[in-house]
Amino acid sequence: MKDGFEVPIRADGDIVVARQQGRVLASRLGFSSSDLTLIATAISELARNILQYAGMGEIAVTHVVDGPRPGLVIIARDKGPGITDLRKALQEGYSTSGGLGLGLPGVRRLMDEFEVASEMGQGTTVTAKKWTRC
Amino acid sequence: MEVPILKQGPFLIASVQAALSDADLWQMRKAIVEQVVKRRARGVIVDITSVDVVDSFATRMLRDTAQMIRLRGAQTVIVGIQPEVAFAMVQLGLNLEGVATALDLEEGLAYLGEVGKDKP
Repeated sequence: MKDGFEVPIRADGDIVVARQQGRVLASRLGFSSSDLTLIATAISELARNILQYAGMGEIAVTHVVDGPRPGLVIIARDKGPGITDLRKALQEGYSTSGGLGLGLPGVRRLMDEFEVASEMGQGTTVTAKKWTRC
Repeated sequence: MEVPILKQGPFLIASVQAALSDADLWQMRKAIVEQVVKRRARGVIVDITSVDVVDSFATRMLRDTAQMIRLRGAQTVIVGIQPEVAFAMVQLGLNLEGVATALDLEEGLAYLGEVGKDKP
C-alpha cells in the first residue's frame, strides 16, 4: 500500500478527488471519524484556494511519523502569483476573494501544524499536519 | 451528478449526494430554484445527510439557495448536517446564519408545516 498520493488540481472535480483520497488515507492511518472530516475539509479548502488564486497546482498527502504517533501532512503547492501580504492573509476574517474562500486561518484551525511559504511571482506552498490522538 | 428533487404536498425535498463537485452544487441551486417556481412549492427541504464535506463553497451555495427561495416567498430548511460536518464547519468559521436547519427529514417537514401556518 502506498503511504501517500498526489492529485493535480486543475478543475473543480479534482477537489473532490483530492479530499476523497485524503479521507481514505487518513482512515487507514487510524484517524477518528471526526478527524477524517476535518482533514477532508482542509484538503477541500486548500485545493479550492489553488484553483481560485493560481488556476492550477497540486495537493500531496503523505504519512508522517512523530515517535509513536502516526500523522499526515498535506502539501498544497502552486506556481501562482503568490500571496502579497502573508501576515494579512493569516489574519482572522481576511479574504481577498470577496468571501468565497475563508482563507488560511480557518484551515489552520482544522489542523495541528500549519506553515505557509509564498514568494511573489513564484507561487505558494501550504504545509499542514495532523496527528492521530493516542 | 444530479440532485434528485421530489415533491411532497406543497414542499420539495432535495437529497444531496456525498461527492458533489462545485459544478454539481451550481446545478443543484439552479434546479431547486427552477422547481420551486415551476411547482409553486411553499417550502424546500435540502437533505445533506450523506454529505461528508461542507466547505466554504458548499456553504455559500446553500446560503444562496435559501436566499433565492426566500425571495420567491418560500421557505428553506437544511436537514441532516452530520455532527462531524457541523464540527468542521464551526472550526473553519463557516455559518449558515439566516438559514433554518433541522435534525432530519421528519423535523424539517414539521418545521415547514409550522412556518406555513403563520402565513395568511
